Amino acid sequence: MNLVTVSGPPSVGKTSVILKTIESIKNRGLKVGVVKFDCLYTDDDILYEKAGIEVRKGLSGGLCPDHYFVSNIEEVVDWGIKHGFDLLISESAGLCNRCSPYINGINAVCVIDNLSGIGTPKKIGPMLKSADIVVITKGDIVSQAEREVFASRVHSVNPKAVILHVNGLTGQGSFELSTLLFSEDDHITSLKGKTLRFSMPSALCSYCLGETRIGESYQMGNVRKIDLGKEQ
Amino acid sequence: MIDQITISALLDKYPFARTFLENNGVDPDGSGEQSLHDYFLSIDENTKEEMAIDPGHFISRLNEYISQMLSFLGETKSSVESLTILPGHYKTGEDERFSDLTIKKNEIISIVGPTGSGKSRLLGDIEWAARNDTPTGRTILINGKEPEKKWRYSSSEKLVAQLSQNMNFVMDLSVYEFLSLHAESRLITERESVIERILDQANLLAGESFSKDTPITSLSGGQSRALMIADTAILSKSPIILIDEIENAGIDRKKALNLLVSEGKIVLMATHDPILALMGDRRIVIKNGGIETIIETTEKEREILSQIEEMDKKIQSLRQRLRRGEVLTEV
Repeated sequence: MNLVTVSGPPSVGKTSVILKTIESIKNRGLKVGVVKFDCLYTDDDILYEKAGIEVRKGLSGGLCPDHYFVSNIEEVVDWGIKHGFDLLISESAGLCNRCSPYINGINAVCVIDNLSGIGTPKKIGPMLKSADIVVITKGDIVSQAEREVFASRVHSVNPKAVILHVNGLTGQGSFELSTLLFSEDDHITSLKGKTLRFSMPSALCSYCLGETRIGESYQMGNVRKIDLGKEQ
Repeated sequence: MIDQITISALLDKYPFARTFLENNGVDPDGSGEQSLHDYFLSIDENTKEEMAIDPGHFISRLNEYISQMLSFLGETKSSVESLTILPGHYKTGEDERFSDLTIKKNEIISIVGPTGSGKSRLLGDIEWAARNDTPTGRTILINGKEPEKKWRYSSSEKLVAQLSQNMNFVMDLSVYEFLSLHAESRLITERESVIERILDQANLLAGESFSKDTPITSLSGGQSRALMIADTAILSKSPIILIDEIENAGIDRKKALNLLVSEGKIVLMATHDPILALMGDRRIVIKNGGIETIIETTEKEREILSQIEEMDKKIQSLRQRLRRGEVLTEV
C-alpha cells in the first residue's frame, strides 16, 4: 500500500482536491481509502462516502491535532493494509501553520490557496517548506500575474517541491496530481521505524494541562514571553 | 535587420522599442511606414547632428536594447516556436480523426464547442505536455519534438498562462506596486520601462483610463481585464495564452489579441462569441471530449466578420447613447 499525507490550512479545498484526484486514481483500477483528521468537527467524511470512498475520521478534540495524528497514524496504516487499499490518503488541517504531519519516506502534499495572500508562503512553516508536492488552489478566480507571483513565493520557500495548480471545482489539474501520488516503488507494510520530517511544536505548559486562570503565578513548564520592547 | 523593416512593423514585433525610440529622438508614430534606414537617409546631416544621432551607433544600441529586453521578458523567442497536438481519442474511446494540428506562434486559434465538451481537458493536455499519458491519449510536441521535462514540473516556467472572465485582482496593492511585484518575481531588473509599457498598453485597451496609483481592486471590470491582458502579454513567461471568453465589456478585444500576438504568444481562445471565434486564423471544434474538426477561417467568414463587427459597433453606440440619457428614435 502507498501512503500519502495531505495537509493545508482550513478551507483551502483539500477535500475537493482529494476527491477529484481520487476519480483519476480509481480509473487506473486502484483501491483508495481516506482518513480525515480534524480538530472539533468535520462532515467531510460524508462527502467521501457519497463518492463511494471508504473513509474514517478522527477528531482530536482538546488535543493538538497533529500530535493526535502522529499518535494514531500507525494504527491507521494497519487498518488500510487490512482493507487492501492500494493507496491510503490522510487529510489533516494545519491549524497553527507550524505543524506538519509529514513522515520521512512518505509522499507529502501541502495544499494552499491563491486567496490567502502573498505573505502566506512565508508564514507557513514546515507544512509548506518540507512538502514534496505543493498544490495551489483557487487559481481560476485570481489574475495570471497573482498566480505567478504566488507560485514564485512558494518556490522561494520550497524550491524542491513540484508545484501544481489544481481547480477543486472543475478538477483541472487533478489528473496531473494523481500521476504523482502512486508508485509501485512506494509500497509500505508498516510505519515502524519511520520518523517525522520535523518535530511538532514543543508544548507542555500549565495551559496544556487544563489551567484556565490568567496570571504569571499559574504559568509553569514551557513558557515563552512576548517582547514588547523596553519601556523607560 | 531591424533597420530594414518599417518602424510600425518593428513596434509590432517589439512594442517596448517605442520607449527606446522616444528617448532617442525618433518619433515612433511620425515615421511609422518608413524603415529606420530610410528615416536616417531622409534627414539631413545638420538635423542628425542636432539630434545627436549616429545611425550605426543608434542601430547597434537598439539591437542591444531589444536583446536585453527580450531576456528580461523571458522571451528569447527561440523557446517555443510551435505547438503540435497529435490525436488521441474521444470519451467513447473512438480515435480522433484529425491527423495532427500544428500551431505556430503569433497564431490565434479559437476553440468552439458546447460546455463540457472537453475544452478544459484539451487545455490540460497542453499544460501538462501530454505524452499519451492523459485520459485523452493525446500527445503534445513543442517545436516538433517531445517537450522538455521542465514544462511539467518547473514552477516558474509554465507552458500556459490563462485569462478568463471570472478572474479578479485580490491583492491590496496599487497598479504600480502590483506590476513591480510581478516584475520582481520574474527577476526583471529594469522594471520602470516594463511597468510603463504595460500601463500604456492597458490604457490603450481599456475604455476608461487609469493611473498607476489606482488600487487594483478598485479597477472596473474592463480596466482589470485590460491590465491582466497587458501584463500577461508583456510580463508572463508562458508562451501559450488560453483565453476563456472575453466579453465586450469596456475593452478593445481586437487590440487585445493583437497585443498578445505581437508579443510572440500562441493564442488559444475558447469562446461562444461569433466575433471572437472568427477572429482566429483557425478554429478547433470540440465534441464528446474529442477534436471533431479543424476549420480554417474562410474569406467569406472574414466578410461576415466585418459585417457583424459593424452590427456590434451599432449596439455599442446604442449602449453609449442610452448611458448618456438619450431617448432612441432610430437604430
